[in-house]
Amino acid sequence: MSALFTFLGTRFVRALVALWLVSTVVFVVMRLSGDPVPLLLPPDAPRAEIFRVRAELGLDRPILVQYGVFLGNVLAGDFGRSIHFREPAMRVVASYLPATVELGLAAFALAALVALPIGVVSAVKRNSLLDHMAMSLALVGQAAPTFFLGILFILLISLKAGLVPTSGRGTWMHLVLPALTLGAFAMASIARLTRSAVLEALGMDYVRTARAKGLAEIWVVAKHTLRNAALPIVTITGLQFGTLLGGAVVTETVFAWPGIGRLAIQSIYNRDYPVVQAAVFLSAVMFIILNFVIDVIYGVLDPRVRAR
Amino acid sequence: MASSIPASAPAEVAPAAAALPTTRRRTRRLVIAGGLFVVALTAMAVTAPWIAPRDPERQSLRARLKAPGWEAPDGRAHVLGTDHLGRDILSRVIYGARVSLIVGFAAVVVGGLVGATLGIMAGFRGGFVDTVVMTLADAQLAFPFILLAIGIIAVLGPSFPTLIVVVGLSGWVGYARILRSQVLVLRSREFIDAIHALGGSVGRIVIRHLLPNVASSLIVIATLELARAIVLEATLSFLGLGIQPPTPSWGGMIHEGREYLDSAWWISTFPGLVLMATSLVVSRTGDWLRDLLDPTLRGE
Repeated sequence: MSALFTFLGTRFVRALVALWLVSTVVFVVMRLSGDPVPLLLPPDAPRAEIFRVRAELGLDRPILVQYGVFLGNVLAGDFGRSIHFREPAMRVVASYLPATVELGLAAFALAALVALPIGVVSAVKRNSLLDHMAMSLALVGQAAPTFFLGILFILLISLKAGLVPTSGRGTWMHLVLPALTLGAFAMASIARLTRSAVLEALGMDYVRTARAKGLAEIWVVAKHTLRNAALPIVTITGLQFGTLLGGAVVTETVFAWPGIGRLAIQSIYNRDYPVVQAAVFLSAVMFIILNFVIDVIYGVLDPRVRAR
Repeated sequence: MASSIPASAPAEVAPAAAALPTTRRRTRRLVIAGGLFVVALTAMAVTAPWIAPRDPERQSLRARLKAPGWEAPDGRAHVLGTDHLGRDILSRVIYGARVSLIVGFAAVVVGGLVGATLGIMAGFRGGFVDTVVMTLADAQLAFPFILLAIGIIAVLGPSFPTLIVVVGLSGWVGYARILRSQVLVLRSREFIDAIHALGGSVGRIVIRHLLPNVASSLIVIATLELARAIVLEATLSFLGLGIQPPTPSWGGMIHEGREYLDSAWWISTFPGLVLMATSLVVSRTGDWLRDLLDPTLRGE
């Protein structure tokens, strides 16, 4: 068990370093992108007013001091006040977070619920018409640019067929297209990996033994194959959940979904540094926590990791 | 007695032995087909001024939002229709390949140079250098890169060099990780020790002996990266952060057509389909190349 803790402890330290690097890069890039003060004030604002606002935001201090203050505040979870919303940045981001989590979970659930059975069936009925069709579709799903998939779905499912609304958030009908768009890549990846993991497990000696002792095929697959195929599937599934966060930026923009991805993009255009920093930092934290959780699940599922 | 065994053995061995070359031959054909697709696309981009039916930036008020096949007053048809400014979609799709391929290829070179250098250094030197490079890689993978890309482009302004550097740097981790792990293995091999003992310099070892050994992985990753770079460029253009109008780019065209999806579906759809086909063929070619050159890379 202590080996598992050492393993997780190392991962934890690396995660902290990664977070520090992420916040530093964000700080540098956002500070390089120019002075936000002229955007906040009317064009004819007196110089004294400009200096006052700069001092108020701490932008008149040396960059290293700003960086030091920034790091200290990050530790306290304080990203400053949003320049655009005139509220604490973290509170702004937090208020947009539920929409992103809702979209992410829906996309992930959709992807997993569709992809896992398809992957298993494709492996069991290898080289059948269904297998070929599913895997071709998965290849297209992996290669298709997310934003264009969204456009295609809007065109075909929303505008031509009139089944669901084109954009916005509200009922579950609004969730269908964004979730499908965001989940498409994950769905394709999970289906392909499930198929190959199950195929590999089906070729093992213990599966032959299970068959030889007369076990029904459904139990061979359910009890002996799936459990052993689960490891790589859990890994890729978790990783896919992480990439969903990145895909959310594009998907939320296409569907005008009020989540933190769209908020981050709008805040970059508004030069609202505190909100951008908070949004990126929060995304990184979620991603890193997810990876951590995957490592723990991995350790629980596979005794070999614990022994290492 | 002894003669009866060899008599039956070839019959059993032959199909299995023949199966491998057949698959390889098929894979090789697929790789060649994929390569031809890229060559054709490049040829299309280079010869755009001669093969495009019209000037891609020429607007015509009377030819706005015309459906595919619409015949202009000059008697020539707009095969793929026109956009909201009356520009010919086919010509814009042909010219749009230029942006995609210039940014795509250049980004692969930038990402490859940075990633391969850091990856080989990390694997060869180990220790502190390795820790720094891998921590950087972890940090980059730890959050949605597209946010950073958008931030950088917002700072520097959208231009070819900015796009190439941003899209290129978004992919260095892929090269670095795989080359690092391969160099780690190679470094402890005897032939490297032998060159050391013979007085070969580090530069010589890396360039003459390590690079050739990782070349096939490098080609595979570069191909997969090309597909990713083309899609990322189109995504940035779609978000309004790519090459600016009126220069045609696939992502930009999809963006422009978005408002007209209901009335003029063809503006977004045609460049989108070409983009999707390019991404699919190039990334599949990368997969096939991997099967052909370097099966050990599978699953990474």
